[in-house]
Amino acid sequence: MNENLFTSFATPTMMGLPIVILIIMFPSILFPSSNRLINNRLISIQQWLVQLTSKQMMAIHNNKGQTWTLMLMSLILFIGSTNLLGLLPHSFTPTTQLSMNLGMAIPLWAGTVFMGFRHKTKAALAHFLPQGTPIFLIPMLVIIETISLFIQPMALAVRLTANITAGHLLIHLIGGATLALMDISPSTALITFIILILLTILEFAVAMIQAYVFTLLVSLYLHDNT
Amino acid sequence: MNVKIEELPRSILMWDFIPKGITGVFQRGSYRYYNKYVNKKGSLTGVSMVLAVYVLFNYILPFLQGTQT
Repeated sequence: MNENLFTSFATPTMMGLPIVILIIMFPSILFPSSNRLINNRLISIQQWLVQLTSKQMMAIHNNKGQTWTLMLMSLILFIGSTNLLGLLPHSFTPTTQLSMNLGMAIPLWAGTVFMGFRHKTKAALAHFLPQGTPIFLIPMLVIIETISLFIQPMALAVRLTANITAGHLLIHLIGGATLALMDISPSTALITFIILILLTILEFAVAMIQAYVFTLLVSLYLHDNT
Repeated sequence: MNVKIEELPRSILMWDFIPKGITGVFQRGSYRYYNKYVNKKGSLTGVSMVLAVYVLFNYILPFLQGTQT
């Protein structure tokens, strides 16, 4: 049994070697490359899902924004598959580490901002001041808009980290409670077990939704800036 | 392996331990597994075997980290 609740979030090492790198690369095995015109079931299902998602997500962008399709599709596939694999028992989820989510959020957000400032400088600067503000509010509002711009990558990273970590912690806690209650009162343990099942279903949904939200927000920042 | 047992050490010394050779071993092994278990109608069993091995590996990982339960 773990010493405390948070040992399952420690980065795994095996005899000093950081195998967390292998764990991050593991989901790529589950997405084989397509060799033929008509593939096996696994690849066909994955291709259909990717086409569905990319059409729905990239429809709002113009030509310049649609050059980001590959980046955003691989992002949603990576975050979705990593979160779903983290629901397997005893597994380590890389997206619970704030360092990794910051490493994903900051470059993507910075890329959209720099693109906006480079190609449409006036429009990008105009985002700092909403239309129709009273004149005496302008300095304060520019400061507030600047702060809200710089908080975007932090919010992206912390949102993903907190959601996945909180879900895993809840599963640990309620599972431990079910085990402890089995000796005391089996009927209460049954209720707790049903709560655990519902929570696991929720976690499956959260895993995929968080991936979607992350990617959607990045694409929105892109849309503002192209 | 078309090598006699007594000639095995000599043939092991002739293997190429360059990175391309090592990755070739892993690639050929994974292609064999893929074509046998995944690239057919019942691809779910192939994928679930990989996931089961992943779960077991994560279970025994604390025991490999130097007597730390």
